[in-house]
Amino acid sequence: MSMTAAVGHAHADPHHIGLVIEHPGPAPKRIVTAYGFWIFLLSDIVMFSCFFAAYAVLSGQTAGGPKGSEIFEQRNVAIETVCLLLSSFTCGMASIAADVRNRFWFYLGMAVTCVLGLIFLAIEFREFAGLVARGYGPSRSAFLTAFFSLVGCHGLHVSAGVLWLLTMMAQVFAKGFRADILRRMTCFALFWHALDIIWVAIFSVVYLLGGGA
Amino acid sequence: MLGKLDWSAIPFDQPIPLIAGAVVLVGILAVLVWVVVKGHLPYLWHEWITSVDHKRIGVMYILLASVMLLRGGSDAIMMRIQQAVAYQSQGYLPPEHYNQIFSAHGTIMIFFVAMPFVIGLMNLIVPLQLGVRDVAFPTLNSVGFWLTATGALLVNLSLVIGEFARTGWLAFPPLSELSYSPGVGVDYYAWSLQISGVGTLVAGINLVTTVLKLRTRGMNYLRMPMFCWTTLASNLLIVAAFPILTATLAMLLLDRYLGFHFFTNQAGGNVMMFMNLIWAWGHPEVYILVLPAFGIFSEVVSTFSGKALFGYRSMVLATMAICVISFMVWLHHFFTMGAGPDVNAIFGIASMIIAIPTGVKIYNWLFTMYGGRIRFETPMLWSVGFMVTFIIGGLTGVLVAVPPADFMLHNSMFLVAHFHNVIIGGVLFGAFAGFEYWFPKAFGFRLDERWGKLAFWFTFTGFYVTFIPLYVAGMLGMTRRMQHYDVAAWRPWMLVAAVGMAILTIGVICQILQLVVSIRNREALRDRTGDPWDGRSLEWATASPPPVFNFAFDPDVRGEDAYWDIKIHARQQSLEHEEREYHEIEMPRNSPTGFVCAFFASIMGFALIWHIWWMVILGGIGAFATFVVFAWRDHDEYVIPAAEVARIDRINLEERRSLVSMAGAT
Repeated sequence: MSMTAAVGHAHADPHHIGLVIEHPGPAPKRIVTAYGFWIFLLSDIVMFSCFFAAYAVLSGQTAGGPKGSEIFEQRNVAIETVCLLLSSFTCGMASIAADVRNRFWFYLGMAVTCVLGLIFLAIEFREFAGLVARGYGPSRSAFLTAFFSLVGCHGLHVSAGVLWLLTMMAQVFAKGFRADILRRMTCFALFWHALDIIWVAIFSVVYLLGGGA
Repeated sequence: MLGKLDWSAIPFDQPIPLIAGAVVLVGILAVLVWVVVKGHLPYLWHEWITSVDHKRIGVMYILLASVMLLRGGSDAIMMRIQQAVAYQSQGYLPPEHYNQIFSAHGTIMIFFVAMPFVIGLMNLIVPLQLGVRDVAFPTLNSVGFWLTATGALLVNLSLVIGEFARTGWLAFPPLSELSYSPGVGVDYYAWSLQISGVGTLVAGINLVTTVLKLRTRGMNYLRMPMFCWTTLASNLLIVAAFPILTATLAMLLLDRYLGFHFFTNQAGGNVMMFMNLIWAWGHPEVYILVLPAFGIFSEVVSTFSGKALFGYRSMVLATMAICVISFMVWLHHFFTMGAGPDVNAIFGIASMIIAIPTGVKIYNWLFTMYGGRIRFETPMLWSVGFMVTFIIGGLTGVLVAVPPADFMLHNSMFLVAHFHNVIIGGVLFGAFAGFEYWFPKAFGFRLDERWGKLAFWFTFTGFYVTFIPLYVAGMLGMTRRMQHYDVAAWRPWMLVAAVGMAILTIGVICQILQLVVSIRNREALRDRTGDPWDGRSLEWATASPPPVFNFAFDPDVRGEDAYWDIKIHARQQSLEHEEREYHEIEMPRNSPTGFVCAFFASIMGFALIWHIWWMVILGGIGAFATFVVFAWRDHDEYVIPAAEVARIDRINLEERRSLVSMAGAT
């Protein structure tokens, strides 16, 4: 130990409290994977924040077209929200089932999550199609451009999530609860919950604030 | 069937791109034929293209950057010649071609030279410095590299099929909107950046996770080498900033492809929103590039001064301060927007504040050199050259951070000179320093000193002769991106700058010759111990080139400058000769996922540019299928038996023991 002192720049104990916590070494794979995916989710949230910012800048630019309060249907949005929040719950159930290696509850949880996700997408698609049919497509005004992009970007994420979900079910069916598949399941669950968080922000910023004005 | 693509896309009437394209094509074909005839294809496929080894991927990144440096440099030479001759005449480049060249030059130099160069060096070195076997996600690492290569491929493809953007390196709307740029140029630009941007994001996530979660025993945060800290800061910035670029370009593409109104002049679109968004990415981007360079200089200066880095903790603090403040200065890129004096003042002050941590770093390097036993070998020359050059660039930067001064200098040649001063003097010098410093580690032999020093002096001199005249021209009122001009006062400075460009070119040729000469004399330049520079951090504790598993035993770190400590221990107590028991090592298997995925991404990108929708769908399905196949594989690791580990490690240990005993004797 006198050796490191002689070298003169061992700063592990800067305040000389005699307690140096040594880094224990590389983290296990499960931790590393989930951590990396968290970082990805943060970057995804940064991307969403750009679309939120664009919406905030452009939401008043209706160019003679409709305002938010004229086109938002709160009932639909309420159903969408319930679907997504419930799907987060069922996704959590599927994760627990995967942890205890219970195939039946895993498939059931994932299947319900998938159905709820599809219902959400169907309602959103109907809302978009209805707006376009009335001539209120994204090219109508900058407000509609920002609206379609923000909500559509979330919709694309949910679609990708459904594709991922089906792939996960197929993987568990073909390979069982292998360690690498469980790691992917953790990532999928994180992804699905993150989409929920973003939806809560969309619900508040777009539909609640825009609907009242 | 083929969307917008037909024979008119090939510029038969323009000899320059056509000949350049033909030469490159012949070159690529010749290399391919040589590889196939010589039977190198299996080696290339198994050892490089499908490799998930961080060192190999790092080398490939740097190779890509070097090739693209030649491409971007050719653009620069053409621009300097044009401005030297285009006084009261049209010069030799028509405006639409000249505009493509300056756009391509900027795009290539930032995205396909500077980025892959620094990411390559980080990939190569950081796991070694942390004392671990690989990065956090080896296969994703390969995907990231190949997606970057896809972007570079698309940019170069625009040379012969269609055209490149004429809108500058950031494609400002409304010029880049469909109504003013109806061609495929902007689409080439945007899609190649979207694809390579995904690659960069993947690399960023990978390296952040590696630094934060994969460190060897005892490698506490405040024992990490400076390069690991700057890697962490730079990659945190990638994770936080690149999604902004992705979103912004996505908005521009939606405007162009689907008639949206984000940045149009009609229907309430907002052009200045583009400026804000793109620079909210763009300013952190310059720190993404320069922070790793700061890390390289820290390693080099400390090694070649034979001293521990002065003010290690203040250096860490300065790095992280830059990391945060870099997100608070973006508006200084458009003080002329008209945001008002209050907003401009805040951003002007923030821009001056960010110079403080940078100044701290400069003083730390100077104090590291002070009292040290300095060896002026090539990496050190680049570092000292950097300090001088970067201070000048930094000072002109503080000057343009003052809003009233910026109103005069905005978009002038002064600005061009400023950012070349910091990017060449900072990032490129740093990349070259890192290249010279770590080349022996990557390949097992040093680079030739004589040619290296010649390359430095020519590049260094050439830089000043090229860019100091541009400062003057800017002061005389010359704006940037001029295809021709009629002001007599600017002419001499353009001529001097052209001479400077010639000197710079000689510097690049010296660098190429250095590589050729070194490869020829590699036996004489061989680095047998793995520690050619008397290094201080863990990458020098293993053989050159390192074995695939990097370290036979996980290094045990007890302080800063981990390897220096080990060496001093070894000298004082004479290296222990007792045999340690070797264990088998698990390493990730190679995978073609990255290459195949990038193949489909290339198809998809090309199809998107030319509106070939069936091909887009095909490419998308292919990319998804690639990942599913990857996810389905049963064995993702292979085992290196303990005997093999022992054999490889003992060879290097012998060399090292003889070195230590020799040093101990003196």
